[in-house]
Formats: sequence, C-alpha cells, structure tokens
Amino acid sequence: MLCATSRLLAARAATALPFHPRVRGRELHFPGPRCRGRELHFPGYPETPLGDLLAGRLARPSVLAGRRAILRRGRMPPAVGGGLAGSELRPRRGRCGSQAARAVGPAVATEATARSPKRPAPSSRRFEAPGRWALLALVTLMSFATRFHRLDQPPHICWDETHFGKMGSYYINRTFFFDVHPPLGKMLIGLAGYLSGYDGTFLFQKPGDKYEHHSYLGMRGFCAFLGALLIPFAYLTVLELSQSLPAALLTAALLTFDTGCLTLSQYILLDPILMFFIMAAMLSMVKYNSCANRPFSAPWWLWLSLTGVNLAGALGVKFVGLFIILQVGWNTLSDLWHLFGDLSLSMVTVGKHLAARVLCLIVLPLALYTATYAVHFMVLNKSGPGDGFFSSAFQARLSGNNLHNASIPEHLAYGSVITVKSARMAVGYLHSHGHLYPEGIGARQQQVTTYLHKDYNNLWIIKKHNTNSDPLDPSLPVEFVRHGDVIRLEHKETSRNLHSHYHEAPLTRKHYQVTGYGINGTGDSNDFWRIEVVNRKFGNRIKVLRSRIRLIHLVTGCVLGSSGKVLPKWGWEQLEVTCTPYLKETLNSIWNVEDHINPKLPNISLDVLQPSFPEIMLEAHMVMIRGNNGLKPKDNEFTSKPWHWPINYQGLRFSGINDTDFRVYLLGNPVVWWLNLLSIALYLLSGSIFAVAVQRGACLPAEVEGLSQVLLQGGGQLLLGWMVHYFPFFLMGRILYFHHYFPAVLFSSMLTGLLWDTLLRLCAWSLASFPLAGHVHTLGILSLLLGIAYSFYLFHPLAYGMVGPLAQDPRSPMAGLRWLESWDF
Amino acid sequence: MLGFLQRPVVVTADINLNVVALTAVGLLSRLWQLAYPRAVVFDEVYYGQYVSFYMKRIFFLDGSGPPFGHMLLALGGYLGGFDGNFLWNRIGAEYSTNVPVWSLRLLPALAGALSVPMAYQIVWELGFSHCAAVGAALLILIENALITQSRLMLLESALIFFNLLAVLSYLKFSNSQKHGPFSPSWWFWLILTGVACSCAVGVKYMGVFTYLLVLGVAAVHAWHLIGDQTLSNVGADVLGRARLALGGRGVRVLCHLLARAVALLVIPVLVYLLFFYVHLLLLCRSGPHDQIMSSAFQASLEGGLARITQGQPLEVAYGSQVTLKNVFGQPVPCWLHSHQSTYPVIYENGRGSSHQQQVTCYPFKDVNNWWIVKDPGRHQLVVNNPPRPVRHGDIVQLVHGMTTRLLNTHDVAAPLSPHSQEVSCYIDYNVSMPAQNLWRLDIVNRESDTDVWKTILSEVRFVHVNTSAILKLSGAPLPDWGFRQLEVVGEQLSRGYHGSAVWSVEEHRYGRSQEQKERELELHSPTQTDVSRNLSFMARFSELQWRMLTVRSDDSEHKYSSTPLDWVTLDTNIAYWLHPRTSAQIHLLGNIVIWASASLATLVYALLFTWYLFRRQRRACDLPEDCWPRWVLAGALCAGGWAVNYVPFFMMEKTLFLYHYLPALTFQILLLPVVLEHVSDHLCRSQLQRSLFGALVVAWFASACHVSNTLRPLTYGDRSLSPSELKALRWKDSWDILIRK
Repeated sequence: MLCATSRLLAARAATALPFHPRVRGRELHFPGPRCRGRELHFPGYPETPLGDLLAGRLARPSVLAGRRAILRRGRMPPAVGGGLAGSELRPRRGRCGSQAARAVGPAVATEATARSPKRPAPSSRRFEAPGRWALLALVTLMSFATRFHRLDQPPHICWDETHFGKMGSYYINRTFFFDVHPPLGKMLIGLAGYLSGYDGTFLFQKPGDKYEHHSYLGMRGFCAFLGALLIPFAYLTVLELSQSLPAALLTAALLTFDTGCLTLSQYILLDPILMFFIMAAMLSMVKYNSCANRPFSAPWWLWLSLTGVNLAGALGVKFVGLFIILQVGWNTLSDLWHLFGDLSLSMVTVGKHLAARVLCLIVLPLALYTATYAVHFMVLNKSGPGDGFFSSAFQARLSGNNLHNASIPEHLAYGSVITVKSARMAVGYLHSHGHLYPEGIGARQQQVTTYLHKDYNNLWIIKKHNTNSDPLDPSLPVEFVRHGDVIRLEHKETSRNLHSHYHEAPLTRKHYQVTGYGINGTGDSNDFWRIEVVNRKFGNRIKVLRSRIRLIHLVTGCVLGSSGKVLPKWGWEQLEVTCTPYLKETLNSIWNVEDHINPKLPNISLDVLQPSFPEIMLEAHMVMIRGNNGLKPKDNEFTSKPWHWPINYQGLRFSGINDTDFRVYLLGNPVVWWLNLLSIALYLLSGSIFAVAVQRGACLPAEVEGLSQVLLQGGGQLLLGWMVHYFPFFLMGRILYFHHYFPAVLFSSMLTGLLWDTLLRLCAWSLASFPLAGHVHTLGILSLLLGIAYSFYLFHPLAYGMVGPLAQDPRSPMAGLRWLESWDF
Repeated sequence: MLGFLQRPVVVTADINLNVVALTAVGLLSRLWQLAYPRAVVFDEVYYGQYVSFYMKRIFFLDGSGPPFGHMLLALGGYLGGFDGNFLWNRIGAEYSTNVPVWSLRLLPALAGALSVPMAYQIVWELGFSHCAAVGAALLILIENALITQSRLMLLESALIFFNLLAVLSYLKFSNSQKHGPFSPSWWFWLILTGVACSCAVGVKYMGVFTYLLVLGVAAVHAWHLIGDQTLSNVGADVLGRARLALGGRGVRVLCHLLARAVALLVIPVLVYLLFFYVHLLLLCRSGPHDQIMSSAFQASLEGGLARITQGQPLEVAYGSQVTLKNVFGQPVPCWLHSHQSTYPVIYENGRGSSHQQQVTCYPFKDVNNWWIVKDPGRHQLVVNNPPRPVRHGDIVQLVHGMTTRLLNTHDVAAPLSPHSQEVSCYIDYNVSMPAQNLWRLDIVNRESDTDVWKTILSEVRFVHVNTSAILKLSGAPLPDWGFRQLEVVGEQLSRGYHGSAVWSVEEHRYGRSQEQKERELELHSPTQTDVSRNLSFMARFSELQWRMLTVRSDDSEHKYSSTPLDWVTLDTNIAYWLHPRTSAQIHLLGNIVIWASASLATLVYALLFTWYLFRRQRRACDLPEDCWPRWVLAGALCAGGWAVNYVPFFMMEKTLFLYHYLPALTFQILLLPVVLEHVSDHLCRSQLQRSLFGALVVAWFASACHVSNTLRPLTYGDRSLSPSELKALRWKDSWDILIRK
C-alpha cells in the first residue's frame, strides 16, 4: 500500500519537474548533510535530565523527510516525529533540483506520518542547550586533563623532539637551517618557546639528553594544547554530521582514551600541530556546509574563510596537509557542481559562489602559506647548518656566509679563477687533488671528484682551448666566455686539465672516466670542453651563480656530471665525477660557477644577484621535495609499512629501552584501534546495503531513511577523510613511520562513533516491538564508553611512561598486555 | 519424424567484407618478410632466453611479468620445432639455422594483425559508423610503431591484442544485454571478457590497468542495472513469475550481478592461476635461478636440491664434473667459483696481486661453479669407461669448466687476508711464476685409507702439494672488482678440522664432451631428469608470484630509456637493430602525424566532454538523448583506456621505454575517428562545412599514409638508406637514427 502511494507521488513529481525525473546516481554523491545548525535548538520541548541524553536524537531525519515532503506537496506535513514546530522549517534555498527529484521522500513522509501516532518518536526525549554546553565542556576538560597530566615527564628529549626542538631553537637564534617540512609548525614551536621564556640555548643533541634548567614546558604545553583541542573539534564535527550526541560522545571518548593520540600530543612534535589544523579544517568545512542554506551570510563567510586558514595551516606544517586539501577540494567541487545544476540560481549567483570559494579556499590559503615563508626567510637571516643545501645565490642572503655581501665579477672571462658547484643537492664542488686513480681503475691519471667543503683544490682556471698564453696579461683585452665556447679548465693547484676519455668511470661503469691530465696546462684534445648554458642562446655571456652550465666533452660528446656515488678509500670518500654519454638533462650534469676571481673585471655586489622572493620560494620547495624523495629506506632495514598501521602492528619507541629507563611507547590503544578497524568493515557493509536499497528504490521507513542518510552522507565524508589520509602512503617511496597514520586515526575514530550510534539506533528501531528495546541503544553506547575507558586504564602506562621490568616480566604493570609479539614495550 | 527433410537446409552467412579485407591487409603488413632480419633484435635477447628455458623445460624466474606472455612466445618456438639451443647473448647476433625465426615471431605478428579488424569492430560496437570504424582500423594498420613492435618476438602486441579483445567482448556483451540477456552469445562474450582480461594481465602486469577499466565500466553498468526497476519486464522468467514482483526483480538483478561477478572476478583469477599451473608444469627442471627460491621449491624441481643424490653417479671419477660446496657455509652457503675476471694488479691498499683469474665462493648456482677433476698425468677431461674413481690421497688437478684453467695457489698474499695465500686459476703470463696446480685429496670423513671420493657424502680438503696450504673460504666479501663474491684463500696452517676448509661435491656428472664448446653446453644443461613434487600448487604459485614481484632488477640507465612526457610528443625513439654491414636499421618510431592527431583528439574530446557536461548540468542538451551515452561510453573506454595505460607510468620508478606507451596509444587511436565523426555530425552545421571537413580528414589521412610510407624503411629495416636519406628522416633532434661513418 505504501509503495503504491510512493509510485503515485513519484509520478506526480515527475510531471512537476520536467527535467530528469529520476537522477538517482547523482544523489549518492551528495556532499554531506547541510542545514543543520539551526536544528540543534528546539524550543518548547519539555526539558529532559542529562542522563537521558544517550537516547536523545535531535530528530533530524524526520526534519529532512518533512522538508522534502513540503517541497513536494507544497504544504506543511502533519506533526512529524512527535510534533515539530513548523516554524523551524524554512524553505531551503539552493540545491533543490536534485533533492526535489527524489522519489523516496513522499513515501517516507507518508509513512512517518502514519507511524507517528503509534510509537513515540525518539525525538521526544531531548535535552536543552545548557546540557549540551556542559557536555562539550566536560569533553574538553577530560581532553585537557589527559593531555596535560604528567606533561613534564620525562624531563629529557624524546624521539623527534631532538629535531623539532632544535628547529624551534634555530628560530629563536635566527639561524638558517634546512628541513624537509614547511616552516609553520617549527615556527609555532619556536614562538611558543620564545613566549614561555626558552632562550634557544639548549642544544637538543640526541634523544635522552636531560633538559635540566632549560624551559621546555612551554613548547610541550603548546603542542599538548593543540592536541587537546582535537577532541572537542572531533566531537563537534560528529555532532554536526550525525546530529546525535551519543555518536559525538563516543568519538570524543575514543580519541581521549587513545594512548597513541595522547602520546603524540605530549611532546614537541609537528604532529599535534598538523592534526590540529586538519581537524579544524574539517570542522569548519562541516560547519560551512551546514550554513549552505544561508549563503553569503556572516557565519557562512566565517566558516568558509576559517576552512581556508586551516588548510594553509595544515599545508604549512607538513606536506601531508595536502590530503585534507584534497578532501575539502572534493567537497567544494561537488558542492559547486550541484549549485551549478540548480536552475533556480542564476549564473551570476553561481559565479559569486565560485568566486567566494576561490577567494577563501585558494587565494587566502596561498597568501597565508606564502606569508609563512616570508616570515621564515625574514627571521632566519644568519648562516647556519642549512646553507649547503641551497644554491650559491641563495646563500648570499645569509649573514655569516662567505657569499654574503661579497662582491665578485659578474661575467665569466678567460683567465678567471672559479669554483664550479653541482646543481644537485649535497654534491658539492668540482675538485681535484694530487692523487692518481689506482691501478686497474681506468687510466692512472689524477683523480677528479666532487667535494662538499670549500678548499683550494676546488679552484679552476678557465683557459682558451688552443693557446696557453696567460689571459691575465694586462696587455691583452678582457675576453668573456660565451655560451658555446670551447674551453679548457685547468686545476689551479696542480696545473692539470680537466680531461675525459673512453675509459669506464670507477663506479658508474657505463660512463666515462674524468681525470686531471697534462703538465702545466699542456694536454691533448681530450681536455677540450664546450661550455653551454641551459636554455640560453649561443653567444651570450655566462653569469656567475645565475647561469646553469653544462660542460660537454668535445671528443666523446659526453657531459660532465656527478653521479653522487661515494668513492672508496683511495678517493678519500669524495664523490665520483663522470662524463655521461647519455645527454639527458638531469641535475647531475648541471653546474654553476660560485666563486669567481678575476682582477681585470669590475666587481659587483652580489646583492644585485639576490634572488627574488618567488625564486626563493620555488627553490625552497624544490629542495624540500628533493629532500623528501631522498629519504629512502635503506636495504635490509626494517621499516614500517602502511599495512602495519591500522592493525596497530608495531609502535614507536619514544624514550627508554632498558628496564631502568623511563619508557614511553607510541602505540594506539589496541581496543580503540581494532574497534576502528572493525567499524570500517562494518561501515562498508552497512553502507553498501543502504546504497543498494536506495538504488533499488526500496521504501524505507522514515526513521531508517534518516539513519541511512546520516550513514551515507556523514559517514561517507569521514570514510573519504580516512581514505585520503591513509591510502596515498602506499604510493610513497620515502621512508614511512607509524605516526604518519594518526591523521587517518582521527577520521576513522569519528566514523566509529557515528557508525555505532547509527547501528545501535537501527537495532533499537528494529526491536521496537519488544519491551526495553529503547535501552538497547543506551546500553550499547554506555558499554562501549566503559570498555574504552577501561582499556585506557590498562594501557595508560604506554603514554604516561613506565619504569620497571619490561612487559615480558610478570612483575611488570604491562604484563599480559603484550597482545602482539611485535610490540616491544 | 524426418520432418526436417521437408525444409531445405539453409545456411545464412553474414560476412562483413570490411573485416575480411582489414584482416587481410593486417596480416600482410605484419607477416611480410617476418623472418627478416635473421638476427636478435633488441629485447628478443631477453625473451629468447626464456623461450629457450621453456624449450629445455628449465625453471627460471623473471620479475618483469607473469608467464603467459613468455609461454605464448614459447608456443611459437614449439610450433616451429625450436630445440632451445641458441645463446642469447647480444643484440644483433645472427640466428643459427636451428632457430625457427618465423614461427617465433608469428604469434606476436598475428596478435598485431588481428588488432586491425578488432579496432574496426570496437568502434562499430561503440555505435559509430562503418566509416569511422574503417578509419580506426586503417590508423592502427599504418601506425609504424605498432608494426615494428608486432613483427618481433616481443610482448606488447599480445598485450594490445588482449586489451582490445577485452574491450571488444565487453562491448558485445553489453550490447547484447538489451535484447538477449543470458543467451549463449551473452554468456560467451561475458566470459570472453574475463578471459581476455586475465590474458592481458598474464602477458604483462600492465594489463591490469585495462582490466580495472573494464571492471569499472562494468560496475557502473551494474549499478544502473540495480537501479533499473523495469528489469523484470524484459523477458519474464520463471522465477519472476513465481515470486512477488519485488522479490522476482531482486532475484533477476541478483542473477545478473552474480553472472558478472563470476565472469569478471572469479574466472580471471582462475585463468591467471592456470597460467602459473601450466608454467610450473612446463618448467620442471632446475636451472640457474633456483637459488632465489626456497629449498622446498627447489626440491620440487627435477635436479633440484633435495634430489641431488638421486640419479647422479655416486663415486667421483677422473673426468667428473662437480660443483664444490663449502661445508661451513658462512656467511652464506656458496660454491667454489671462478670467472674470466682477474685479480686487480694493485689492491686499494697498495699491495700487488698475481693478476691471475679470480677464484671465489659464489652463493648462487651458476655454470661457473663447475669444476672438472683431472688426472695430472693425462690430458683428457672425460670419464673413461669404466670410470676410474678418485681415492683419498690421490693427486688431482681441478679444471674450471668454462675457462679450462687450473686451480692454483702460490706464495702471493690473498686480497683481503694478507696472511693467507692467494688462490687463482692459473694464467701463464711468462713472468717466472710457475703453475702450482696439484692438490692432494684429503677425505676428512673417510673410513679407510682407500676410500673413494663420494658425492654429497664425502667431506674433502684440498691440500696444496707445493706449499701444503689448504683451500679455504675466508668469508670476506671481495670489493667491486670481485663482484662482492666471497674470498677463497689457501691457508698454511691447518688447525684441525674446520668447516670452512672442507668441501663437498653437490652436483656431479660424468663428463662426456671432448670439445670445449660441447662441454659448455653440457655444463649449461641440468644434471638429471627426475620427477618429484611434494609441494602443493598453491604454495608453489604463491611463492613464485611473490618472488617475481619482489625480485629486484638493477635499474640501470639505458641509452634509449625515456620519460612518459617524451612519449606523447614522440620525442624519443629506440634503435632496435642495425644491419651488420649496411645501414639498414629497425627503429621503434611512431607515425608522428597519428601520434600528434591522436593526442589532439584526446584533448578535443576532453574539452567537448567538459563543455557538454556543464551544459547538461544546466539542462541544456546539445546532443540527442541517445547520442550522449554513446559519446560517454566511447570516451570512457578509449580516452579512459589511454589514461589508465599512461598515467600510472608517472609514478613508476623503473626504467621506462617508448614501447610502454603503445597500449595507451592504441586506445588513443581508437578515439580519433570517434571524435572526427562527432565533429562532422554534430559540430558541422551545414552540408558545406561537412564536405569541407570531410576533405580535410581525407587530406590528413593521406598525409598520415605518406609519413607511414616514408618511415617504412626504419620500420621494416628492409632497405639500406644512404646517410643523407637517414639525415632527412631525422625530423626531431632527439631522434637517434644511426648513421654509419
């Protein structure tokens, strides 16, 4: 009977809407629930005690169904779900096209109406706003209490604190350094340290060093503060997505009592900062989605721009912040797509929507991200350990570097004494010395290598290939070296020429050997090299620092390159230089001139050559990306694999090894993590059942329909979040660590909260005919909460630190808790 | 009874002459002068080795792809009666007369030829005109790179064939979905889709991309099917009538889904397993790659580890060929080994060496591990009839099988253990360093002084006659000049028994070859034939598959390697072969007109598609309702096929070559006529425009034919070009065309 009604109504709807009466597939991509902010507050309902809240659902499904019914029939429904105040329902602007096409809606509404007198709707039990605020406060309090408990322990450097603490100190000391991550996180750490009175004098040499009198709590406290905020954020996000307090509470408990998140939040690390920005971006995105019915209102703008700000923050801390950008981007695109398809909106309005998003989600984050770099380069103006990673021109910016405020001739001329630096990172200067290649390795001629340190043996003189006259003779005019010239490079200290020939290189067998050859500059035709500037025209002069040059061996046609391989002892463990016959344009074969001495030429200040800000930005990114790619796992080294992570296969030792040490072990609370894992499987199962049911056009009861919406849309967003924060790691070649999984844990915990609440509600609904059925949900949630809390009680020594015998020992507090062989606490 | 006689027997044949003609020209273009050049061309040098292994049924491990492709090539060899006796050692080597070049290259060529009519069929099944379909087939026909690749013993053409077959049969299947679900032809095409997919994956792992594409399209179609509530109205089946309307529909949908799941998920897995089953069935003998596998796996091979004592002679005789395994086996089990390389004259620390041939201990089975026990008094290296056994205390010489040099030690410091003597294979440099190559056999675990040297059972020491040093494994890995193999030394002091100075014979056979050449072949062949398997197929499969995926090939730079970005614009080529005397040469070089226009077509498709999509979202339908799904499906399969076969290469870290692009290119070419027809039908407003456009297309096609013909000498390598002609063909600076000076 009900189905028949639905048919009729669907037919009517189809006549009312000429375009695409059934656009099913599209609805499934509907980007998450909206219009919920207002619904939190329902005036005029009897107050309920706080204890009842576990059963409380905020009646959202009925509201949605009701609204659909309104749209379809153009009249108010009878009191849906126990009598909603009709005045709460405003007609919805935007995205009505596809929603209106929904054929299920009326049936649901009809059924809900039919059911409502028989059974008390769940929304009848509700609690008021102060209760919710109290709950939020409680959650926040719990979170802060767990995060700040024993924050000062251990009073020594733990794990990566040695890096990030050190980098914080660099900011305080304004010393230039290099790191593979963007600067924001470390800047914030430095700022926190600075504000809390840390003077940047602690060396942060290695894990285990005592802090002693140095003030480290400010930095740890800052990280713990951000880490503690994760939980209220997760709570609010789930509340927004599911409109269900129990779901939000469950999420908060999962995260509060997860030892892994707790441990990771208590130390001077980038992860709490990263996770804070990710979570904040997620929350503001969800909030702004729920404002979608009031576009261009103040809260809409607020949440939209906050999303942008947080995206910039996430990307500014680590490049994995890109994943949350992917998620927000996907959400925004599908949102725009639906707006675009909404014929009630003019193109101008759609254009405004687009412009607002471009402004807040692209322009604003980019500006902020760039600003962090501007601050970074402004603050770090002293030469430091990071200089060598950057190009010569870059180094000229740093005070204390020998290129700083130096003045050298700008264009290369014959007779100039120069050093030649490889464009590849951490390869160094072209170098030779008075040692020969050993017998059996190519020709027994003088070695040519690259060397990372500045040295007299790095100096070379540019000479014409065909004369040996001294170009520095004052009677001769200055002759500049030009792109395409054939030159000879004479090693200044030993007067031998850079030479190559058809002998295999010492390590890279397919390349040719490069040697120093000749006596006092007289060699043979194998000493001739054509100098070329990358991407320049023939005949141009060659600039110091700026020009990227290649040296092409005239006889064999090969290109001078550095292979980056370390020579054995005979080569003093310097790096191999070869002449590669493969004319591929790689950084290995690109060089630039760094030092330049020529008394006949006027010196110019290097400040003129200073790169512009965009150039610095670009270079810093190139160096960071290469640095990241360079972090390759070594052979035969045990590394963490992405598939280890969700099963909590192995933790990370933060501090201490022996039984007398203070030991901290980063490991997720196994109960929480395995529950998360189970929930993902359950979600996929239940989600696909609902999706198929919807696709088959099954008539779901209003209650179930609402729950399935929560599951498919809210849960879908969280699942997407988990996936984009997890699966890309499978594609990464760089070395991976356990802690990379934690952003994904946030999403999977939120999904768990939402899923169990929904499933328990479904249970309660299907058992509705039995007495006490209403308690199934309450009991389920309560037992989950208690179970999680108890497991935290068991595993809390992992996070708060333990001293005493190892877990194998029955006297240990952790005895019997080593559930997996691979956990070594 | 006999009612059938009352009607005439009618056979209605429906022959599409287009297909016949296309097949014929396809065959002509691919099979013409197939046996030329009679030399190893490019990667034939790898695949040929594997074919030889199949012919000799020796186990091998190749990490580059699953076995089906190799097996196809081997099938060609089998049909041609190839015995596997050819040393695939360098590109350009002339084939000996026992190599059936024609039949080895036949299957790839057939696959390439059949791709031509299949292109026609695909475009036709996509719902486009015969004209467009013929266009697609002709483009495939004249694409030089595809011709080159399919005329040689390489795998890409088979991969492309199965890719196309998968797409074609899926299209046939989904087109028969409307009028005859569950009919025999419906089942046939459905199952063929699954089989073709797994064949594509079986040829190269790359095939998995096309498989995923087909799966994706099938999943979308199945999803629509789930939503299709009118489904039961089509051909009301028994189940549908018997049940409630909803239930019946549900069952019907379930049948559809189950059929697809079985055909597209289960059957491919089974077929893939079948490849491995046949592979392991064929390769039953132990071979050079045994060592990578586990002992149990090795034992399942004939001549493998556990079977070593069976079938081989027990007593070592003069003339026996043996491998000597170190008993101690630390740090790794290894065999006494020698090879052509010599000790460097001066070591890194400045000490000198004898510069004689290196003797090492090598942890892998290798033909260089074979030694021949020789009687110092006689010259022959074969076993007498009856065999003359070697006994404890006998003086022997050990001859290295492949180099026929004698094991030697002398008073020269060993490379890494200066307190010990260097062990070498003696090379007479005429520098007053005499050969000292006599060894006394000392059987450690003998029972009497007249004991015979036994395989496996006897543990022996070799005591040097001149210096009384003992042959010993020092265990230190040599530097690069020694290829990181382990050092073997002669040690003067014999402090009792230590495993590192004791050796045992592992593999053993009586040598029969008089000539060195013959002996080398003999050494290459496995020791015996013995059938035994005690490992389940699934265990063997999973081990083999795992090793294949994890075995590391050293990623070396290659002269012709390229990056994916070079492919779209054809900025690179590969010189496959150069005639030893003339400058006839074969290049993998595409038809630049086709490549450029195919890329352009993809771009046009993407732009048009986006435009239509946006317009449709605003409810403005530019295309007729029936045209849009066709347009989308063509894009999903052709442009999608291009994308899935191309984009993943950006994430791969292995050495890449131009031929990796060919599967993607094929799909791109299929898209070309589709886009042209679409432009002509829907974007040309007037008849005049249409005629003009048609003329343009004809002109463009003529230029493609012209280019194809111009590049023909580099495709077939049949004509020697003069240097000026070759220079004229070098249209891009990055093309590497070989010019003899």
